[in-house]
Amino acid sequence: MVRLIARDLRLAWAGGGMVNPVAFFLLVAILFPFAVGPDTVLLARIGGGVIWAAALLAALLPVERLIGPDAEAGVFDQLGVRGFSMAGVAAAKMLAHWLSFAPPLMLAAVVAAGLLGLPAVTLGRVELGLLIGTPGLAALAVATSALIAGMRGAGALAGLLMLPLAVPLLIFGAGALDGGAGALKLLGAVSLVLVAGAPFVAGAAMRVAME
Amino acid sequence: MADHDQPPRLAFHGVTGVRGGRRLFAGLRFTLAPGDAALVTGPNGAGKSSLLRIAAGLLAPAEGRVEAPPCALMAEAAALDSGQTLEDALRFWAALDAVPEPARRVADALTATGLATLAQVPVRLLSTGQRRRAALARVVASEAPLWLLDEPANGLDAASVATLEALVAEHRARGGIALVATHTDIALPGARVVAL
Repeated sequence: MVRLIARDLRLAWAGGGMVNPVAFFLLVAILFPFAVGPDTVLLARIGGGVIWAAALLAALLPVERLIGPDAEAGVFDQLGVRGFSMAGVAAAKMLAHWLSFAPPLMLAAVVAAGLLGLPAVTLGRVELGLLIGTPGLAALAVATSALIAGMRGAGALAGLLMLPLAVPLLIFGAGALDGGAGALKLLGAVSLVLVAGAPFVAGAAMRVAME
Repeated sequence: MADHDQPPRLAFHGVTGVRGGRRLFAGLRFTLAPGDAALVTGPNGAGKSSLLRIAAGLLAPAEGRVEAPPCALMAEAAALDSGQTLEDALRFWAALDAVPEPARRVADALTATGLATLAQVPVRLLSTGQRRRAALARVVASEAPLWLLDEPANGLDAASVATLEALVAEHRARGGIALVATHTDIALPGARVVAL
């Protein structure tokens, strides 16, 4: 299990996986002020939401790479022969994906908050929300990746499949910015459901793809 | 749980293989004891690969039952990370196999398959035949009593096919079992033939 996680992290690193989502995330955060105008008050008000939307898109970025290439290369066959359950493999992939994008993203969020002129209190809430919500995003990304593996036009399909399912995370994540403890709890609940369910969904999809 | 008192054996008990709703073979029965080998032959699409995947436990038989010891599978896809050196890529799998002294076993397997000089070359630079030999080296490095080789001679030159035959013979001499799906001639003395 540890070896699988280490392998996935190495692949993510080799594929520029840590730089790309972070650069993408910061780019989205930079683009927003151009779109809505350099109004400091307005930016400070919507900034937290912008960070959340950008985080969602950044998590979606490597979705095509998570499962498809391994399925094609026969890696899952070899793991299956060695007695690994696909749900376990998916769980390892989730953890590796989370490790490869969430911590860099949370660091980048500090920069984005500076660019958007977010107050420190809001930044704190954004970071707390990201900490709770990103495992759910990682779970969703792996499950989506497993479902679309081997399909044509997988990239476009990934967005259509994953973004609607990520709406609850976005709603409660952005809702927690106002300081509502209830929203944070709901965010945690949604994240937990996704983390608990995704390995089985992804594992089942991987098994079907193997047959 | 595996029964450790009995020697490992591969047994198909009336196995029916279905793929995509199409029946490939039905009521297949055979048993391979230690030292035995079988060639699975048949035209393209006859179900050779499916039979091997059923033996590997990757595909459930539509009917019947399979008894199989731990196995090593050489399939069409190499499953070696293209960015890594050949040695590191093989060591990853040897570590998952939990064999004793994985580094030495990988080095031995590379020597046995004639890839020792390529150990530090990234997998993406290997030719098709070299990749096939690398997949064979992974099987050699494992300690699995059952070898499942799917078209192992594909992409191999004559010398490499001879090496493959020698390695299978060595494996059988140690009490191993080999199930080889092929449409070309591979010399396995005394091997049974499962014609699909």
